[in-house]
Amino acid sequence: MEFDIIFESLPLYLDGLMTTLWLVGLSVVIGFVLALPLSVMRISENPLINRPVQAFTFFFRGTPLLVQMFMIYYGFGQFEILKSWYSIAPILKQASFYALIAFTLNTAAYTTEIFAGAIKQMPVGEIEAARACGMSSGLMLRRIIFPSALRRALPAYANEVIFMLHGSALASVITVIDLTGAARLVQSDYYAPFEAFVTAGFFYLVLTFMIVWFFRLLEKRFNRHLTRQTGVTMVTGQ
Amino acid sequence: MLDLQGYGQSIIVTGGAVTLSVAVISLTIALCLGFLTALAKLSNSLVLRSFATLYTTLIRGIPDLVLMLLIFFGGQVLVNSLPDQILALIGALFGQDAREVAKPWVDWGYIDINPFIAGTLTIGLIFGAYMAETFRGAILAVDRGMLEAAEAYGMTPVQITRRILGPQMMRHALPSLGNNWLVLMKTTALVSIIGLDDMVRKSKIAAGATGDPMTFYSVVALVFLALTSVSIWGLKRLEDYYSPGVGRV
Repeated sequence: MEFDIIFESLPLYLDGLMTTLWLVGLSVVIGFVLALPLSVMRISENPLINRPVQAFTFFFRGTPLLVQMFMIYYGFGQFEILKSWYSIAPILKQASFYALIAFTLNTAAYTTEIFAGAIKQMPVGEIEAARACGMSSGLMLRRIIFPSALRRALPAYANEVIFMLHGSALASVITVIDLTGAARLVQSDYYAPFEAFVTAGFFYLVLTFMIVWFFRLLEKRFNRHLTRQTGVTMVTGQ
Repeated sequence: MLDLQGYGQSIIVTGGAVTLSVAVISLTIALCLGFLTALAKLSNSLVLRSFATLYTTLIRGIPDLVLMLLIFFGGQVLVNSLPDQILALIGALFGQDAREVAKPWVDWGYIDINPFIAGTLTIGLIFGAYMAETFRGAILAVDRGMLEAAEAYGMTPVQITRRILGPQMMRHALPSLGNNWLVLMKTTALVSIIGLDDMVRKSKIAAGATGDPMTFYSVVALVFLALTSVSIWGLKRLEDYYSPGVGRV
Protein backbone atom coordinates (compact mmCIF):
# COMPACT_ATOMS: atom_id res chain seq x y z
CA MET A 1 0.00 0.00 0.00
CA GLU A 2 1.35 3.39 -0.97
CA PHE A 3 -0.48 5.91 1.11
CA ASP A 4 1.00 8.83 -0.87
CA ILE A 5 -1.22 7.93 -3.79
CA ILE A 6 -4.28 7.85 -1.56
CA PHE A 7 -3.48 11.19 0.07
CA GLU A 8 -2.75 12.81 -3.25
CA SER A 9 -6.05 11.69 -4.72
CA LEU A 10 -8.12 12.43 -1.64
CA PRO A 11 -9.74 15.55 -3.19
CA LEU A 12 -10.80 13.42 -6.16
CA TYR A 13 -12.36 10.86 -3.82
CA LEU A 14 -14.18 13.58 -1.87
CA ASP A 15 -15.64 14.96 -5.12
CA GLY A 16 -16.68 11.43 -6.02
CA LEU A 17 -18.19 10.99 -2.57
CA MET A 18 -20.35 14.08 -3.09
CA THR A 19 -21.55 12.76 -6.46
CA THR A 20 -22.38 9.37 -4.95
CA LEU A 21 -24.20 11.03 -2.06
CA TRP A 22 -26.46 13.22 -4.16
CA LEU A 23 -27.09 10.49 -6.73
CA VAL A 24 -28.13 7.98 -4.09
CA GLY A 25 -29.90 10.57 -1.92
CA LEU A 26 -32.00 11.98 -4.73
CA SER A 27 -32.89 8.65 -6.29
CA VAL A 28 -33.86 7.16 -2.93
CA VAL A 29 -36.04 10.16 -2.00
CA ILE A 30 -37.78 10.39 -5.40
CA GLY A 31 -38.08 6.60 -5.54
CA PHE A 32 -39.72 6.62 -2.10
CA VAL A 33 -42.23 9.29 -3.12
CA LEU A 34 -43.06 7.38 -6.33
CA ALA A 35 -43.39 4.10 -4.46
CA LEU A 36 -46.09 5.37 -2.08
CA PRO A 37 -48.88 5.72 -4.69
CA LEU A 38 -47.49 2.84 -6.78
CA SER A 39 -47.66 0.42 -3.86
CA VAL A 40 -51.31 1.30 -3.28
CA MET A 41 -52.01 0.82 -6.99
CA ARG A 42 -50.09 -2.47 -6.92
CA ILE A 43 -52.54 -4.01 -4.42
CA SER A 44 -55.61 -2.59 -6.10
CA GLU A 45 -58.13 -5.20 -7.21
CA ASN A 46 -58.74 -3.41 -10.50
CA PRO A 47 -56.51 -5.04 -13.15
CA LEU A 48 -56.39 -1.79 -15.11
CA ILE A 49 -54.63 -0.22 -12.15
CA ASN A 50 -52.49 -3.05 -10.76
CA ARG A 51 -51.36 -4.65 -14.04
CA PRO A 52 -49.32 -1.66 -15.31
CA VAL A 53 -47.60 -1.31 -11.94
CA GLN A 54 -46.94 -5.04 -11.89
CA ALA A 55 -45.38 -4.82 -15.36
CA PHE A 56 -43.23 -1.89 -14.21
CA THR A 57 -41.89 -3.71 -11.15
CA PHE A 58 -41.46 -6.97 -13.08
CA PHE A 59 -39.30 -5.23 -15.66
CA PHE A 60 -37.16 -3.23 -13.25
CA ARG A 61 -36.71 -6.07 -10.79
CA GLY A 62 -36.16 -8.72 -13.46
CA THR A 63 -33.38 -7.05 -15.45
CA PRO A 64 -29.91 -5.92 -14.38
CA LEU A 65 -29.55 -2.28 -13.32
CA LEU A 66 -26.63 -2.03 -15.75
CA VAL A 67 -28.87 -2.88 -18.70
CA GLN A 68 -31.54 -0.43 -17.53
CA MET A 69 -28.91 2.27 -17.29
CA PHE A 70 -27.61 1.50 -20.79
CA MET A 71 -31.16 1.56 -22.17
CA ILE A 72 -31.80 4.96 -20.67
CA TYR A 73 -28.40 6.52 -21.32
CA TYR A 74 -27.58 5.18 -24.78
CA GLY A 75 -31.16 4.43 -25.82
CA PHE A 76 -32.49 7.92 -25.18
CA GLY A 77 -29.44 9.45 -26.80
CA GLN A 78 -30.63 7.80 -29.97
CA PHE A 79 -33.63 10.11 -30.27
CA GLU A 80 -32.64 13.17 -32.28
CA ILE A 81 -35.30 15.32 -30.69
CA LEU A 82 -33.40 15.16 -27.39
CA LYS A 83 -30.50 17.02 -28.98
CA SER A 84 -32.70 19.98 -29.91
CA TRP A 85 -33.56 20.35 -26.22
CA TYR A 86 -29.92 20.58 -25.16
CA SER A 87 -29.90 24.38 -25.35
CA ILE A 88 -33.01 24.69 -23.15
CA ALA A 89 -32.08 21.96 -20.67
CA PRO A 90 -28.32 21.49 -20.56
CA ILE A 91 -28.79 18.83 -17.88
CA LEU A 92 -29.80 16.47 -20.71
CA LYS A 93 -26.15 16.43 -21.79
CA GLN A 94 -24.98 15.08 -18.42
CA ALA A 95 -24.52 11.35 -17.96
CA SER A 96 -25.36 11.70 -14.27
CA PHE A 97 -28.90 12.79 -15.18
CA TYR A 98 -29.52 9.50 -16.97
CA ALA A 99 -27.93 7.54 -14.14
CA LEU A 100 -30.28 9.33 -11.75
CA ILE A 101 -33.33 8.36 -13.83
CA ALA A 102 -32.24 4.73 -14.01
CA PHE A 103 -31.53 4.54 -10.25
CA THR A 104 -34.79 6.28 -9.37
CA LEU A 105 -36.96 3.96 -11.47
CA ASN A 106 -35.06 0.92 -10.20
CA THR A 107 -35.39 1.78 -6.53
CA ALA A 108 -39.02 2.86 -7.05
CA ALA A 109 -39.80 -0.62 -8.41
CA TYR A 110 -38.15 -2.48 -5.53
CA THR A 111 -39.62 -0.11 -2.94
CA THR A 112 -43.10 -0.48 -4.44
CA GLU A 113 -42.94 -4.24 -3.94
CA ILE A 114 -41.62 -3.86 -0.39
CA PHE A 115 -44.38 -1.43 0.57
CA ALA A 116 -47.07 -3.41 -1.24
CA GLY A 117 -45.99 -6.50 0.69
CA ALA A 118 -46.18 -4.62 3.96
CA ILE A 119 -49.62 -3.21 3.16
CA LYS A 120 -50.90 -6.68 2.27
CA GLN A 121 -49.85 -7.87 5.71
CA MET A 122 -51.90 -5.20 7.46
CA PRO A 123 -53.89 -6.69 10.33
CA VAL A 124 -57.50 -6.76 9.11
CA GLY A 125 -58.67 -5.40 12.44
CA GLU A 126 -56.85 -2.12 11.98
CA ILE A 127 -58.56 -1.51 8.66
CA GLU A 128 -61.96 -2.55 9.97
CA ALA A 129 -61.55 -0.24 12.94
CA ALA A 130 -60.65 2.64 10.64
CA ARG A 131 -63.72 1.97 8.50
CA ALA A 132 -65.88 1.68 11.59
CA CYS A 133 -64.68 5.12 12.62
CA GLY A 134 -65.97 6.35 9.27
CA MET A 135 -62.62 7.23 7.74
CA SER A 136 -62.47 7.84 4.00
CA SER A 137 -59.93 5.80 2.00
CA GLY A 138 -57.56 8.74 1.76
CA LEU A 139 -57.68 9.46 5.45
CA MET A 140 -57.29 5.78 6.26
CA LEU A 141 -54.21 5.58 3.99
CA ARG A 142 -52.64 8.59 5.62
CA ARG A 143 -53.47 7.84 9.24
CA ILE A 144 -53.61 4.06 9.46
CA ILE A 145 -52.18 2.16 6.50
CA PHE A 146 -48.98 4.06 5.69
CA PRO A 147 -47.87 4.62 9.29
CA SER A 148 -48.42 0.96 10.08
CA ALA A 149 -47.08 -0.56 6.85
CA LEU A 150 -44.02 1.66 6.52
CA ARG A 151 -42.94 0.77 10.05
CA ARG A 152 -43.05 -2.91 9.25
CA ALA A 153 -41.29 -2.29 5.93
CA LEU A 154 -38.36 -0.52 7.59
CA PRO A 155 -35.87 -3.43 7.79
CA ALA A 156 -36.47 -4.47 4.17
CA TYR A 157 -36.35 -0.85 3.06
CA ALA A 158 -33.01 -0.34 4.82
CA ASN A 159 -31.63 -3.20 2.73
CA GLU A 160 -32.97 -1.60 -0.43
CA VAL A 161 -31.22 1.69 0.37
CA ILE A 162 -27.94 -0.18 0.89
CA PHE A 163 -28.44 -1.98 -2.42
CA MET A 164 -29.03 1.37 -4.08
CA LEU A 165 -25.78 2.72 -2.61
CA HIS A 166 -23.95 -0.29 -4.00
CA GLY A 167 -25.78 -0.11 -7.31
CA SER A 168 -24.80 3.53 -7.70
CA ALA A 169 -21.24 2.35 -8.36
CA LEU A 170 -22.49 1.46 -11.84
CA ALA A 171 -22.76 5.17 -12.70
CA SER A 172 -18.98 5.09 -13.19
CA VAL A 173 -19.54 2.88 -16.25
CA ILE A 174 -21.28 5.73 -18.08
CA THR A 175 -18.49 8.21 -17.27
CA VAL A 176 -19.93 9.67 -14.05
CA ILE A 177 -17.11 10.41 -11.60
CA ASP A 178 -18.65 9.05 -8.42
CA LEU A 179 -16.63 7.22 -5.73
CA THR A 180 -16.02 4.26 -8.03
CA GLY A 181 -15.32 6.60 -10.94
CA ALA A 182 -12.68 8.36 -8.82
CA ALA A 183 -11.13 4.99 -7.98
CA ARG A 184 -11.03 4.05 -11.65
CA LEU A 185 -9.27 7.33 -12.46
CA VAL A 186 -6.71 6.71 -9.73
CA GLN A 187 -6.22 3.17 -11.01
CA SER A 188 -5.57 4.34 -14.56
CA ASP A 189 -3.33 7.24 -13.47
CA TYR A 190 -1.08 5.35 -11.07
CA TYR A 191 -1.71 1.71 -12.04
CA ALA A 192 -2.29 1.10 -8.34
CA PRO A 193 -5.44 -1.05 -8.16
CA PHE A 194 -5.17 -1.94 -4.48
CA GLU A 195 -4.80 1.63 -3.30
CA ALA A 196 -7.50 2.84 -5.68
CA PHE A 197 -10.25 0.32 -4.99
CA VAL A 198 -9.54 -0.39 -1.33
CA THR A 199 -9.93 3.33 -0.63
CA ALA A 200 -13.25 3.44 -2.48
CA GLY A 201 -14.33 0.27 -0.71
CA PHE A 202 -13.52 1.87 2.62
CA PHE A 203 -15.72 4.88 1.83
CA TYR A 204 -18.59 2.61 0.80
CA LEU A 205 -18.16 0.53 3.94
CA VAL A 206 -18.44 3.64 6.12
CA LEU A 207 -21.50 4.83 4.18
CA THR A 208 -23.10 1.40 4.54
CA PHE A 209 -22.53 1.44 8.30
CA MET A 210 -24.03 4.92 8.48
CA ILE A 211 -27.16 3.77 6.64
CA VAL A 212 -27.46 0.74 8.92
CA TRP A 213 -27.03 2.96 11.98
CA PHE A 214 -29.57 5.50 10.71
CA PHE A 215 -32.22 2.87 10.07
CA ARG A 216 -31.55 1.31 13.44
CA LEU A 217 -32.34 4.68 14.99
CA LEU A 218 -35.51 4.92 12.93
CA GLU A 219 -36.56 1.44 13.96
CA LYS A 220 -35.91 2.24 17.59
CA ARG A 221 -37.99 5.38 17.27
CA PHE A 222 -40.91 4.00 15.28
CA ASN A 223 -40.98 0.31 16.14
CA ARG A 224 -40.64 0.68 19.89
CA HIS A 225 -43.93 -1.12 20.35
CA LEU A 226 -42.66 -4.13 18.39
CA THR A 227 -39.43 -4.72 20.30
CA ARG A 228 -39.77 -6.89 23.33
CA GLN A 229 -39.01 -4.99 26.49
CA THR A 230 -36.61 -6.60 28.85
CA GLY A 231 -37.56 -6.88 32.48
CA VAL A 232 -41.23 -7.46 31.75
CA THR A 233 -42.33 -10.87 32.91
CA MET A 234 -43.82 -13.14 30.31
CA VAL A 235 -47.47 -13.70 31.08
CA THR A 236 -48.07 -16.43 28.57
CA GLY A 237 -45.53 -19.04 29.47
CA GLN A 238 -45.64 -22.73 28.57
CA MET B 1 -40.78 -6.64 -34.43
CA LEU B 2 -37.21 -6.15 -33.36
CA ASP B 3 -34.76 -6.04 -36.24
CA LEU B 4 -31.53 -7.51 -34.94
CA GLN B 5 -29.55 -6.99 -38.15
CA GLY B 6 -27.80 -10.33 -37.88
CA TYR B 7 -26.60 -9.83 -34.31
CA GLY B 8 -29.35 -11.91 -32.76
CA GLN B 9 -27.44 -15.16 -32.64
CA SER B 10 -24.24 -13.67 -31.27
CA ILE B 11 -26.12 -11.89 -28.47
CA ILE B 12 -28.69 -14.46 -27.46
CA VAL B 13 -26.90 -17.75 -28.18
CA THR B 14 -23.17 -17.02 -27.78
CA GLY B 15 -23.53 -14.23 -25.22
CA GLY B 16 -26.33 -16.02 -23.42
CA ALA B 17 -24.15 -19.11 -23.04
CA VAL B 18 -21.40 -17.00 -21.45
CA THR B 19 -23.87 -15.31 -19.11
CA LEU B 20 -25.35 -18.65 -18.06
CA SER B 21 -22.00 -20.33 -17.50
CA VAL B 22 -20.76 -17.39 -15.43
CA ALA B 23 -23.98 -17.60 -13.40
CA VAL B 24 -23.82 -21.37 -12.85
CA ILE B 25 -20.13 -21.46 -11.95
CA SER B 26 -20.44 -18.49 -9.59
CA LEU B 27 -23.45 -20.15 -7.99
CA THR B 28 -21.41 -23.30 -7.38
CA ILE B 29 -18.62 -21.28 -5.76
CA ALA B 30 -21.16 -19.31 -3.73
CA LEU B 31 -22.93 -22.44 -2.47
CA CYS B 32 -19.68 -24.04 -1.29
CA LEU B 33 -18.36 -20.85 0.28
CA GLY B 34 -21.73 -20.07 1.82
CA PHE B 35 -22.11 -23.48 3.41
CA LEU B 36 -18.56 -23.47 4.80
CA THR B 37 -19.02 -19.94 6.13
CA ALA B 38 -22.32 -20.90 7.74
CA LEU B 39 -20.57 -23.81 9.49
CA ALA B 40 -17.80 -21.43 10.59
CA LYS B 41 -20.39 -19.00 11.96
CA LEU B 42 -22.01 -21.80 13.96
CA SER B 43 -18.75 -23.32 15.18
CA ASN B 44 -17.37 -23.08 18.69
CA SER B 45 -14.08 -21.60 17.53
CA LEU B 46 -13.85 -17.87 18.10
CA VAL B 47 -11.28 -17.51 15.31
CA LEU B 48 -13.50 -19.18 12.73
CA ARG B 49 -16.52 -17.17 13.83
CA SER B 50 -14.59 -13.89 13.64
CA PHE B 51 -13.27 -14.69 10.18
CA ALA B 52 -16.74 -15.56 8.94
CA THR B 53 -18.21 -12.38 10.39
CA LEU B 54 -15.44 -10.24 8.94
CA TYR B 55 -15.93 -11.83 5.53
CA THR B 56 -19.71 -11.37 5.42
CA THR B 57 -19.55 -7.82 6.81
CA LEU B 58 -16.90 -6.66 4.36
CA ILE B 59 -18.63 -8.19 1.36
CA ARG B 60 -22.02 -6.76 2.26
CA GLY B 61 -20.55 -3.31 2.81
CA ILE B 62 -18.73 -2.92 -0.51
CA PRO B 63 -20.35 -2.62 -3.96
CA ASP B 64 -19.99 -5.65 -6.22
CA LEU B 65 -18.46 -3.55 -9.00
CA VAL B 66 -15.69 -2.22 -6.72
CA LEU B 67 -14.90 -5.78 -5.57
CA MET B 68 -14.82 -7.02 -9.14
CA LEU B 69 -12.47 -4.25 -10.29
CA LEU B 70 -10.28 -4.83 -7.23
CA ILE B 71 -10.00 -8.55 -7.93
CA PHE B 72 -9.55 -8.11 -11.69
CA PHE B 73 -6.94 -5.32 -11.66
CA GLY B 74 -5.47 -6.15 -8.26
CA GLY B 75 -5.15 -9.82 -9.14
CA GLN B 76 -3.21 -8.82 -12.23
CA VAL B 77 -0.70 -6.80 -10.21
CA LEU B 78 -0.47 -9.47 -7.55
CA VAL B 79 0.18 -12.36 -9.94
CA ASN B 80 2.76 -10.40 -11.91
CA SER B 81 4.67 -9.10 -8.91
CA LEU B 82 4.72 -12.54 -7.32
CA PRO B 83 7.88 -13.81 -9.13
CA ASP B 84 9.89 -10.81 -7.94
CA GLN B 85 8.71 -11.33 -4.40
CA ILE B 86 9.53 -15.05 -4.47
CA LEU B 87 13.00 -14.31 -5.88
CA ALA B 88 13.60 -11.64 -3.26
CA LEU B 89 12.62 -14.09 -0.56
CA ILE B 90 14.90 -16.79 -1.96
CA GLY B 91 17.71 -14.25 -2.26
CA ALA B 92 17.27 -13.20 1.35
CA LEU B 93 17.13 -16.79 2.60
CA PHE B 94 19.75 -18.59 0.51
CA GLY B 95 21.89 -15.81 -0.91
CA GLN B 96 22.31 -14.27 -4.34
CA ASP B 97 23.46 -17.51 -6.04
CA ALA B 98 20.28 -19.39 -5.21
CA ARG B 99 18.33 -16.45 -6.57
CA GLU B 100 20.03 -16.73 -9.95
CA VAL B 101 19.45 -20.49 -10.04
CA ALA B 102 15.78 -20.09 -9.22
CA LYS B 103 15.17 -17.29 -11.68
CA PRO B 104 14.30 -19.35 -14.80
CA TRP B 105 11.85 -21.40 -12.75
CA VAL B 106 9.81 -18.44 -11.59
CA ASP B 107 9.98 -16.38 -14.72
CA TRP B 108 6.60 -17.09 -16.23
CA GLY B 109 6.36 -13.88 -18.20
CA TYR B 110 3.49 -11.44 -18.08
CA ILE B 111 0.20 -13.00 -17.12
CA ASP B 112 -3.21 -11.57 -18.00
CA ILE B 113 -5.93 -12.36 -15.52
CA ASN B 114 -8.79 -14.01 -17.32
CA PRO B 115 -11.97 -11.92 -16.89
CA PHE B 116 -13.99 -15.12 -16.71
CA ILE B 117 -12.03 -16.30 -13.69
CA ALA B 118 -12.01 -12.88 -12.04
CA GLY B 119 -15.73 -12.47 -12.71
CA THR B 120 -16.88 -15.85 -11.44
CA LEU B 121 -14.58 -15.63 -8.41
CA THR B 122 -15.92 -12.21 -7.46
CA ILE B 123 -19.57 -13.11 -7.91
CA GLY B 124 -19.00 -16.39 -6.06
CA LEU B 125 -17.28 -14.53 -3.25
CA ILE B 126 -20.08 -11.95 -2.98
CA PHE B 127 -22.94 -14.41 -2.99
CA GLY B 128 -21.06 -16.78 -0.70
CA ALA B 129 -21.52 -14.11 1.96
CA TYR B 130 -25.27 -13.86 1.30
CA MET B 131 -25.67 -17.65 1.10
CA ALA B 132 -23.88 -17.95 4.46
CA GLU B 133 -26.79 -16.17 6.15
CA THR B 134 -29.28 -18.34 4.27
CA PHE B 135 -27.57 -21.57 5.28
CA ARG B 136 -27.02 -20.44 8.84
CA GLY B 137 -30.72 -19.85 9.32
CA ALA B 138 -31.60 -23.10 7.57
CA ILE B 139 -29.19 -25.18 9.66
CA LEU B 140 -30.61 -23.67 12.84
CA ALA B 141 -34.12 -24.52 11.64
CA VAL B 142 -33.37 -28.26 11.52
CA ASP B 143 -34.57 -30.09 14.62
CA ARG B 144 -31.64 -30.64 16.99
CA GLY B 145 -33.05 -34.03 17.94
CA MET B 146 -32.64 -35.27 14.38
CA LEU B 147 -28.93 -34.48 14.44
CA GLU B 148 -28.51 -35.98 17.88
CA ALA B 149 -30.28 -39.13 16.80
CA ALA B 150 -28.00 -39.40 13.76
CA GLU B 151 -25.01 -39.01 16.01
CA ALA B 152 -26.38 -41.63 18.34
CA TYR B 153 -26.54 -44.04 15.40
CA GLY B 154 -22.81 -43.52 14.96
CA MET B 155 -22.96 -41.55 11.71
CA THR B 156 -19.88 -39.55 10.80
CA PRO B 157 -20.26 -35.76 10.40
CA VAL B 158 -20.11 -36.17 6.62
CA GLN B 159 -22.87 -38.77 6.71
CA ILE B 160 -24.99 -36.59 8.97
CA THR B 161 -24.60 -33.66 6.60
CA ARG B 162 -25.42 -35.70 3.54
CA ARG B 163 -28.28 -37.78 4.89
CA ILE B 164 -29.96 -35.73 7.62
CA LEU B 165 -28.88 -32.09 7.67
CA GLY B 166 -28.69 -31.49 3.91
CA PRO B 167 -32.11 -32.67 2.76
CA GLN B 168 -33.97 -31.07 5.68
CA MET B 169 -32.02 -27.85 5.54
CA MET B 170 -32.81 -27.39 1.85
CA ARG B 171 -36.52 -26.85 2.53
CA HIS B 172 -35.75 -23.91 4.80
CA ALA B 173 -32.95 -22.57 2.62
CA LEU B 174 -34.68 -22.70 -0.76
CA PRO B 175 -36.81 -19.53 -0.72
CA SER B 176 -33.86 -17.32 0.20
CA LEU B 177 -31.52 -19.36 -1.99
CA GLY B 178 -33.84 -18.78 -4.92
CA ASN B 179 -33.86 -15.05 -4.28
CA ASN B 180 -30.08 -15.04 -4.20
CA TRP B 181 -30.00 -16.90 -7.52
CA LEU B 182 -32.26 -14.30 -9.14
CA VAL B 183 -30.03 -11.47 -7.92
CA LEU B 184 -26.89 -13.39 -8.89
CA MET B 185 -28.08 -13.82 -12.46
CA LYS B 186 -28.52 -10.09 -12.82
CA THR B 187 -25.14 -9.44 -11.21
CA THR B 188 -23.44 -11.40 -13.99
CA ALA B 189 -24.06 -8.34 -16.22
CA LEU B 190 -21.08 -6.76 -14.43
CA VAL B 191 -18.61 -9.10 -16.13
CA SER B 192 -19.20 -7.11 -19.33
CA ILE B 193 -17.39 -4.22 -17.63
CA ILE B 194 -14.17 -6.20 -17.24
CA GLY B 195 -14.33 -7.28 -20.87
CA LEU B 196 -16.00 -10.67 -20.86
CA ASP B 197 -18.18 -11.28 -23.94
CA ASP B 198 -21.48 -11.93 -22.20
CA MET B 199 -24.89 -10.87 -23.49
CA VAL B 200 -24.52 -7.31 -22.28
CA ARG B 201 -21.15 -6.74 -23.92
CA LYS B 202 -22.24 -8.45 -27.13
CA SER B 203 -25.23 -6.13 -27.35
CA LYS B 204 -23.03 -3.16 -26.55
CA ILE B 205 -20.88 -4.07 -29.53
CA ALA B 206 -23.96 -4.49 -31.72
CA ALA B 207 -25.38 -1.19 -30.47
CA GLY B 208 -22.16 0.59 -31.29
CA ALA B 209 -21.96 -0.91 -34.78
CA THR B 210 -25.56 -0.24 -35.76
CA GLY B 211 -26.30 2.94 -33.82
CA ASP B 212 -29.45 1.38 -32.40
CA PRO B 213 -28.79 0.78 -28.69
CA MET B 214 -32.47 0.75 -27.64
CA THR B 215 -33.22 -2.37 -29.69
CA PHE B 216 -30.22 -4.37 -28.55
CA TYR B 217 -30.48 -3.54 -24.86
CA SER B 218 -34.19 -4.34 -25.02
CA VAL B 219 -33.32 -7.78 -26.35
CA VAL B 220 -30.92 -8.39 -23.45
CA ALA B 221 -33.56 -7.16 -21.01
CA LEU B 222 -36.10 -9.58 -22.52
CA VAL B 223 -33.68 -12.51 -22.24
CA PHE B 224 -33.07 -11.64 -18.58
CA LEU B 225 -36.82 -11.45 -17.97
CA ALA B 226 -37.20 -14.86 -19.58
CA LEU B 227 -34.38 -16.31 -17.45
CA THR B 228 -35.99 -14.83 -14.33
CA SER B 229 -39.41 -16.26 -15.21
CA VAL B 230 -38.03 -19.73 -15.93
CA SER B 231 -36.04 -19.62 -12.69
CA ILE B 232 -39.09 -18.67 -10.64
CA TRP B 233 -41.00 -21.58 -12.16
CA GLY B 234 -38.10 -23.99 -11.57
CA LEU B 235 -37.64 -22.82 -7.98
CA LYS B 236 -41.31 -23.45 -7.29
CA ARG B 237 -40.87 -27.04 -8.50
CA LEU B 238 -37.76 -27.47 -6.37
CA GLU B 239 -39.55 -26.15 -3.30
CA ASP B 240 -42.32 -28.69 -3.82
CA TYR B 241 -39.72 -31.44 -4.24
CA TYR B 242 -37.99 -30.58 -0.97
CA SER B 243 -41.22 -30.20 1.01
CA PRO B 244 -42.72 -33.69 1.01
CA GLY B 245 -45.38 -34.03 3.66
CA VAL B 246 -45.28 -30.37 4.54
CA GLY B 247 -48.65 -28.74 4.05
CA ARG B 248 -48.91 -25.57 2.08
CA VAL B 249 -51.12 -22.80 3.38
